[in-house]
Parts: sequence; C-alpha cells; structure tokens
Amino acid sequence: MKNKYSIFSLIKNAFSYHENWEKAWKDPEPKKEYEAIIVGGGGHGLATAYYLAKKHNMKNIAVVEKGWIGGGNTGRNTTIIRSNYLWDESAGLYDHALKIWEDLSQELNYNVMFSQRGVVNLAHNLQDVRDLKRRTHANRLNGIDAVYLNTAEVKKFCPIINTSQDIRYPVLGGTLQRRAGTARHDAVAWGYARGADEMGVDIIQNCEVKGIKRNGDTVEGIETTKGFIKAKKIGVVAAGHSSVIANMAGLKLPLESKPLQALVSEPVKPIIDTVVMSNAVHAYVSQSDKGELVIGAGTDDYISYSQKGSYDIVEGTLNAILELYPIFSRMRMLRQWGGIVDICPDASPIISKTSIKGLYFNCGWGTGGFKATPGSGDLFAHTIANDEPHKLNAAFNLNRFVSGDLVDEHGAAAVAH
Amino acid sequence: MFLINCPFCGEREQSEFKAGGEAHIERPKQPTELSDDEWAEFLFMRKNIKGVQFERWNHAHGCRKWFNIARDTSNDQIKAVYKMGQKPPVK
Repeated sequence: MKNKYSIFSLIKNAFSYHENWEKAWKDPEPKKEYEAIIVGGGGHGLATAYYLAKKHNMKNIAVVEKGWIGGGNTGRNTTIIRSNYLWDESAGLYDHALKIWEDLSQELNYNVMFSQRGVVNLAHNLQDVRDLKRRTHANRLNGIDAVYLNTAEVKKFCPIINTSQDIRYPVLGGTLQRRAGTARHDAVAWGYARGADEMGVDIIQNCEVKGIKRNGDTVEGIETTKGFIKAKKIGVVAAGHSSVIANMAGLKLPLESKPLQALVSEPVKPIIDTVVMSNAVHAYVSQSDKGELVIGAGTDDYISYSQKGSYDIVEGTLNAILELYPIFSRMRMLRQWGGIVDICPDASPIISKTSIKGLYFNCGWGTGGFKATPGSGDLFAHTIANDEPHKLNAAFNLNRFVSGDLVDEHGAAAVAH
Repeated sequence: MFLINCPFCGEREQSEFKAGGEAHIERPKQPTELSDDEWAEFLFMRKNIKGVQFERWNHAHGCRKWFNIARDTSNDQIKAVYKMGQKPPVK
C-alpha cells in the first residue's frame, strides 16, 4: 500500500527536505509472460492498465513504453478537456470521459489539476453560427451542458477578445461548455502510473516494441529491445506510431500520422481565465497555472514522424491569435513543439478488436485525444478484458471503414481537425 | 518545413505545395465488382510508413501540376522526385 498524499504527508516530508518521498512507481525488468501487455505508456495506455487491474481483476499486466511515460503526446498537447461533440456516439464517449475527470484527483489520490474553467468555441460567419447552434441543441439532447452566446455575451465572458465587426473574421457568437476546462497533462500520466503500479502493474520504460509474434490468427507476444515477452492479450495505444506497430502484425489501419504543433508564451499575470477555440481560423488559447499562454496550432497536411511542424502553420495561428487578441501583440513565445497525431478519415478514434485474436487497437485520436484519456482507458480495458466492446465504444470499431458506418466528426466537432 | 524540387519549376518552399497522400494507389478498374473490403482498402487503408514513402504532391501555389516524391517520413528528407505515371526510382 502506497502512502497517501495529503497535507499531512506534505508537512511531514518538508521536515526531511522532501528527500524521503516514496517512489511513485517501480522500474521493473520485464517478466517472461503477462496476462495482458499494453504497448504505449502515455495517458491512454496507463489508464487502460489501471482500469484492467482495478475493474477487471487482472493482476499480471505490463505497460511497455519506448521512451519514458507521458513523454509522447501526453506531454505535448494543449490540455483542453470538453465533450461538446455533435454526434451521439462521440458525445457518449467524450462525456463518459468528462464524468471520470470530475472525480479523478480523488480517485487517484493525485492532483491532476482539473479545472472546469469553461471552453468557448467561436463562430465567425453565418454558417458557423448555424452549425454551433445546431451543435448546442444536439449537446443538450444528449445531456451535455451547452449554451450559445451572442457577440456581447462572448465579450462579457472573455473581455480581452476583439469583437470589432470589421476584422477579417469577426466574432459573431460562440458556444460555451462550462463543465469543460483543462488539466495538468503530466499529472494524468503520473497519477495513473502510480495507481497502476500500486495494483501490481509493471511499467517498463525504455523498452521499444520491435515485432509482434503471431501464430496464425492469434497473438503470442511481443519482441522488444528487452527481449521476447509472452502475452495472450496485447492492447496497442501507440498514438502516432500505431500504423508502425500494426505493420509488425501484418495489419493495415486507416490512419495518417501528421505533425501537430503547439506553443507557449513567456509567463504573464492572469489574463484569460477560460479556454477559447476558433474553428475557422484554427487558433485556440488558454493560460497555464504558470502564466504561460498555451496556444494550439494546426496539423501539417503531409505525413511525417519527425515531431517537427512547418513554420507557416505557426505563423497562421499567431496571425489569428493577434487579430482576436490585439493585447498579445508584444508577447514573446517561449517554446514551440510538435507531436505526431494519428488521424482517421472520419476524425473519430478506433477502440477496437482486430482480425487477429488477442490484438486490440486504441488509436486514431488525431488532434483531440487528451480529453478522452480516462474514458478511453476505461473503455479499452473493458474491450480487452471481455473481448468485446462496451456499448459506448461499439461504434468506434475498425469495421466501420468497411461497413461505411462512419462517425464523421470532421468539421462537426467544434474544432478543425 | 523543407524544400521541394518541383520537376517543372525547381526548388521551392514546402508551403507552396499541397500534399496528396500516398502515391500509386490504383483506382479500381471495375468499381461495380468491388467487395466492401476492397472498397475499404482503396478508400481508407493507408501504409502510413515511417521511413521512405512514395507520395503525391501538387504545386498548388506554382505550376499547379501533380508529381510524385519519395520522402523519408522520419526526418522529412526527400530521396527522389519523379513524374506522375513513372515508377518510383528508389526502393
């Protein structure tokens, strides 16, 4: 049993200069065999292992990660959480996640700094207004909180927005989801890692998967840089590298991996206490607790695994940010980075069995996977443990690309993908 | 961010071009004969290679012509540029 984090443990450890904190997770060598192996130690993978151990009574689980946990897209996103998706399937999936987020810090005894500061999506033309109103109604029918704001209400909610009507993309209105917000991205990975480790999950870092061994149509295990590990069930949550792993198993996925960029400014005093996203000009901004503006840019349109994006994408985003927030004109940017996102043709994820028995994929989250982390882990664990999907992720199967029953969130999901 | 040597215009910035995805995906000769699986393969399934990939590009802000590129997607280095209809010059 791990020591509980609390104000008392903080005070106690202060007396020993914080040098005696217990390690949050072990660093074990892989065993020869596991009941289930999760490939990918990001938030989704660690959450999957956590829920497999907690809700499905599996005790012999490993998470293998080629780098360090949370070092991929979990550490590279803009930490926005919302569930205001248009289609019923997506609304069910993302709101399931949002409900888990609301109690996650308590459940994990780890402060994930979930902050329900609201997310605003702006409308810049008549079609945007119609689309956003339609989505607001769809959200409310699905029990998801959503309100439509006119220009004056947007200005009142976020006073620094330029609502002048003679700019290139004037603010005509917007939607607001008050339950939406942000969380501390690293803490999510660390909290799930600590929780999973406590239940006996082996978290194996610096262990890259080199091959997937199969016997006919059944998986037998994985070849890694730390040797062969046997398992009957393998769940792959490898984000941008999903196609690479699928290729090792002789599978092809409907994914394209592209660089997505984000950047942060120098830290300043609190200036924006919510999250504002704009679909049409593709810019979104929030402020971290350190005071940095966290700005999300778009994806490049070519496939790349280089974790670098093009400067013209950043330039376009900053042009849009400056038009909407002239107050930021003298801000300097501190860091810029890219992550590799795996995008499905319908911009919806895949949480699914495959044609190979015992091999499961959780991928295709594209530009918006962070918000779904707890829900994705929960539903993927259910899928792996029962060898069939939960009703909330049944629609997100691989077969939809054959049947044509797509969950087409492209352009519908309140952000450009 | 990289430079692309357009076979018609010469070397230009990547931002002048539009990526057209994986090259050499053949349009079905008999669309009416295709099964659902074959349609899925043609429409959606992609190799998405980490390494040298053959892909189509269009010089959208230049000559507006299509051509092919062999590019290493792990570091964005272009190995070869070749015209539509030609076979890839590198393995």
